[in-house]
Amino acid sequence: MTIRFNDETFRDDYTFFNSPEAIARFPFPFDRDDYMYSVNMEPHKTGPEGTPFNVRFDVDEHYVSEMRDREITLTEDPLRCQSLPHMELAGWDLLELIMRSKAEDYPELFELHCDGDRWHWINRPLGIDQRFTFGDATTLPYGPMEYITRQAQGDFAVLDQREDNLWMDAGMVTSQADWSLDFDIGMNFFEWHAPVPKAHEMGIFQRALKFLMQINQDNPARRLNWTMTVNPRLDTSPENYHKWGPEKRTITSENVGQKQYLRVELQTFWRLPRSNALAFPIRCYLINLEDLVSVPKWGRRLHRVLRDLPDELADYKGFAVNRPVIVDYLSQHDDGAATSAGIYPTADDAPRTPA
Amino acid sequence: MTQVTFSPSIKTRPVYAPLQSQGDAPAILLCEGDGALAILDLAARDASVLGRAHLIHIPAGTAHGPRLRALGARMYHEAPSFEALAARYGKALADATMSTRLYLAGTEGLIAKATAAALAAGLPHQAIQAEHRGSIARRMQCVHCKGVTEEVTTDPFTCSHCGLTLFVRDHFSRRLGAFQGVCVDAETPGDVPATQEIRP
Repeated sequence: MTIRFNDETFRDDYTFFNSPEAIARFPFPFDRDDYMYSVNMEPHKTGPEGTPFNVRFDVDEHYVSEMRDREITLTEDPLRCQSLPHMELAGWDLLELIMRSKAEDYPELFELHCDGDRWHWINRPLGIDQRFTFGDATTLPYGPMEYITRQAQGDFAVLDQREDNLWMDAGMVTSQADWSLDFDIGMNFFEWHAPVPKAHEMGIFQRALKFLMQINQDNPARRLNWTMTVNPRLDTSPENYHKWGPEKRTITSENVGQKQYLRVELQTFWRLPRSNALAFPIRCYLINLEDLVSVPKWGRRLHRVLRDLPDELADYKGFAVNRPVIVDYLSQHDDGAATSAGIYPTADDAPRTPA
Repeated sequence: MTQVTFSPSIKTRPVYAPLQSQGDAPAILLCEGDGALAILDLAARDASVLGRAHLIHIPAGTAHGPRLRALGARMYHEAPSFEALAARYGKALADATMSTRLYLAGTEGLIAKATAAALAAGLPHQAIQAEHRGSIARRMQCVHCKGVTEEVTTDPFTCSHCGLTLFVRDHFSRRLGAFQGVCVDAETPGDVPATQEIRP
């Protein structure tokens, strides 16, 4: 499989785009026509061939440009990457996990050669050739977590496990759905989820925590989460909210198809071998409504989900103000036909009836 | 007696129970203003708490000093402000042992600052207790410029560092010792809601 990397931006002129291949493999987050919180965990082992579910750390056409966007964000605000002092070993664990996975899953793009603790890492898409000593941070240009997450799409939280809880004690966070690592670092599982409405009362976090603490090295897990974002902006941080906030009010019925994006997080969970920490990558995928409705099943389903979503969730996810325009647009792409079970379209899904 | 009942809120919003004696373990007791009354109440319930205690008081215009001194703590000290106390408090935390208990009493701001300093010094959060007395003014961190504004009593308020108008969230960081303030008119610049007194 060869990947042609897009030359695109996630800010200012927003030249981001999805190729037809990227649309077809998009991790659409709804497997039914309605949505409510659940502990929607499943093993992160396999999925349909060619989709983000079938590799450990998906590398796609946005890789090079996303890493460039991360570098811009970090240059402006180095606090987006932080690690409390006791987390360095977990950083090495994460570096090893990502390097080995990428080298095995994409041998034409990445190579890792290990001779004892003397390692040689080659990252062809980013033009990196690095020899270093595993475990010795002075042999890398950054700490181990920062080094490897500057070369891996998605945000990364690294969670320490103690006192029957998970503690967000390290992270690289530049493509977040409006939360601040700098504020939340050091919090436990219940604390960093404190602002989420409803889910505490539903017992979601107690059950999720129990599940996550039992993940072992052989059984990584995953779940999908989602929100809506105006423009293909990765850095929707609270830090920069006063800069990107005005863009949220630019949606009209004319531009909603191009400017309004469904933002999906593929969250995966990995037990790390030396530190017993839990790596929590949060990989962000963006698709605008126009591309999304090119898959008739997804147009129908997203319409029904957003139309029927409780107001509280639309508020929390930050798109209540644009919901009427979004739902109106999507209604034009929902002919009322039944949708098949699962995420991707099947032969049972009817082609779209022209509106 | 200025005890406040706080509204139910999200899980990071600190809650303050009355101080509970952990007996005669080594202790640092730090109180500001009417927080002194919480220490006096604690001592009345169990005087042994003072046996190995370093009691520090910031009067903040109150006159509780003589009664606190009379409790007979192993060490007693009065300081004009938390800032003036920084080095002494830092040394007390550095000298703390595994069994040392920290008792805090006073305003939300005092409790937040003293807790953050104790956690940074390596005290486990289980060793820290706090009882609220006095003002409900908040320490607010601006999520945009990271500056902390002390003594915030209104919502929204103006960041004393960058000048943005911020709304007062209940989301609280123990590490920073501050609530989070977020630009209130980010999406519609200039469209600022009416200013209200913050509620407990």
